[in-house]
Amino acid sequence: MKKLFSYHEMYVFLAIVIVALAITAINPSFFTLENLFDMLKSYSLIGTFAIGVLFVLISGGIDISFTAIATITGYITAVLLLQRGDQLNIYIIFLIAGVIGILLGAFNALIIYFFRIPSIITTIATLNIYYGILTVLSQGKWLYGFPEWFGKYTQMYVFTITNANGISYGLSVITVFWFALLLLAWFILRFTVLGRSIYAMGGNIASASRAGFNLLKLHLFVYSFMGLMAGFASVIQALLVQTVAPNSLVGKELDVLAAVVLGGASLTGGTGSVLGAVLGVTLIAILGNGLTLMHVPSYWYKVVIGIVILISVGSSAYRRKISTRRRVIIEVE
Amino acid sequence: MERKYSDSLVLLLTLAGVIGLMWLLNGSDFMNLGYFQSMAFQLPELGMLSMAMMITMLTAGINLSIIASANLSGIVMALILTETIPPEATGPGGIGLIIIAILAGLLVSALIGLLNGFLVAHLEISPILATLGTMILVSGLALAITKGYVISGFPPAMKAIGNSSLLGLPVPLLIFAGGVVILSVILQHTPLGNRIYFLGSNPQACFYSGVNNPQILMRTYLISGLYSGAAAIIMISRFNSAKADYGESYLLLTVLVSVLGGVSAAGGFGRVSGLVLALVILQIISSGLNLMGVNTFLTLALWGMVLILVMVIQYLIERFQEKRRTI
Repeated sequence: MKKLFSYHEMYVFLAIVIVALAITAINPSFFTLENLFDMLKSYSLIGTFAIGVLFVLISGGIDISFTAIATITGYITAVLLLQRGDQLNIYIIFLIAGVIGILLGAFNALIIYFFRIPSIITTIATLNIYYGILTVLSQGKWLYGFPEWFGKYTQMYVFTITNANGISYGLSVITVFWFALLLLAWFILRFTVLGRSIYAMGGNIASASRAGFNLLKLHLFVYSFMGLMAGFASVIQALLVQTVAPNSLVGKELDVLAAVVLGGASLTGGTGSVLGAVLGVTLIAILGNGLTLMHVPSYWYKVVIGIVILISVGSSAYRRKISTRRRVIIEVE
Repeated sequence: MERKYSDSLVLLLTLAGVIGLMWLLNGSDFMNLGYFQSMAFQLPELGMLSMAMMITMLTAGINLSIIASANLSGIVMALILTETIPPEATGPGGIGLIIIAILAGLLVSALIGLLNGFLVAHLEISPILATLGTMILVSGLALAITKGYVISGFPPAMKAIGNSSLLGLPVPLLIFAGGVVILSVILQHTPLGNRIYFLGSNPQACFYSGVNNPQILMRTYLISGLYSGAAAIIMISRFNSAKADYGESYLLLTVLVSVLGGVSAAGGFGRVSGLVLALVILQIISSGLNLMGVNTFLTLALWGMVLILVMVIQYLIERFQEKRRTI
């Protein structure tokens, strides 16, 4: 039991339980299967971004350009859908978005690796480059009216349940896709040399380099993977809302970062887990959903998220500080 | 010391080149006095925010919350001004209330700075995360207070701060000049300034030589907060209004100005004089592009590229110098 509480994830889980109970007490419609499936579907977007951000944070970097990358991949796939929609299918769409995402992510990696520019500065710059160029080229136009087959995926469920009012709901294929990505990420981080090297690089980049890890490859992988997830997320966004707007994603990067950080990933690198990221996304999701259900005006949402982040980051930093102090005392004895 | 000298020389040459280029591209439009005056009104708020960013970068940190705190303190000032004084009021009573409003706004930004300082110095949270958290919290508060609306209608004396001139010089420029002088005195001529540079270049060595690191960091973020509060005064008086999301694109620009001015992102290097030169260069280019009718988003993309380019050049120069030293 004591060991359980040494994990950051445990605290996030407790927070989720408490918040969920509080919301249910005020509005019982929160704790229904229908609402759960609904939330899982709409938060697949942030959840997919979060996987990429998790990798970057574990490696000791940060990326805030991913929403701009997703805006570009989303816009390009949307243009393709509108022009050649009948010759394409969903796999090709994911492939195109993924490849472009990887390329843009790799560009970030190369700058960060070769010129030793801090990742925060690099990605502030590339966020503006990617987003600025796209906005100029697209002239801010919204794209909609995609082919029929593309719209079908929004209403496709693995299984469906019909509620008392005759409206059917179920587990969306979009959610299943997100779960598959989570499993993949978990597998990479947990069971592959690649995954363990990302932790090693994040833990201490100098010793990782001396131990013979290829830092260029690791940088390329981490930021390209972020790009890939951004590409996938842009398709998910297009599926969810059936519209692509140049300004719909940029600005969401803070929500995603908040979710991953809540789940225990720290910017000093080397820590973080897929479970933590999922819990973080869940906490953000139920806070957002719960505030709506409790009829709290939406502009309080950011205040709540800000407070939750500061408490979460503060408490884990404080625990880390205490534990290093304890370690020092033991060494002296 | 030699390196610093050549840095400012490079900046001065760039400045001359940029003025020449813009003159060539825009012709006589560019060199007219009114145009320089309008630049002098625009530059100070970015300048104050850049200094707020710069001082945290000197300690190898960053402050993502500067714009959010400028907006929140601007909103607090605006609320006090609009709730207590009718817009027509003049006279000494009005002036007193304006001073109270400004002090309250500065107090708010000082508190945000102290919160950042506490998180970074005492809880040892990385500056990016700590200031990201306060940024979300503070901009959320600003949004919750205003509900997204604009607060406007200030008394004339307040508008005068942003829009009038004293002895031929725009008041915002005078405030900016004051900010520049104060920050350079702090950085170059006080023990605090010495320690900020020391802490930035090597926190461990700094700590073991008896410096109270947390205290220095607290003061750094407090000063950073106060400078964003001062930026808020200029901002709201110039726009005659306050809003939760003014100046969001400034984040990139403040980092760019600092880096362009020779502030090292790894901490420990950079002077206010470099920052001022970089700021003027940036303002001239931006006004020139504006005059040519270049799309603002394209300008933003351009700034991103310039930022990366400058960092790359800095890296290459550093490597070159290192190589020479080892030979």
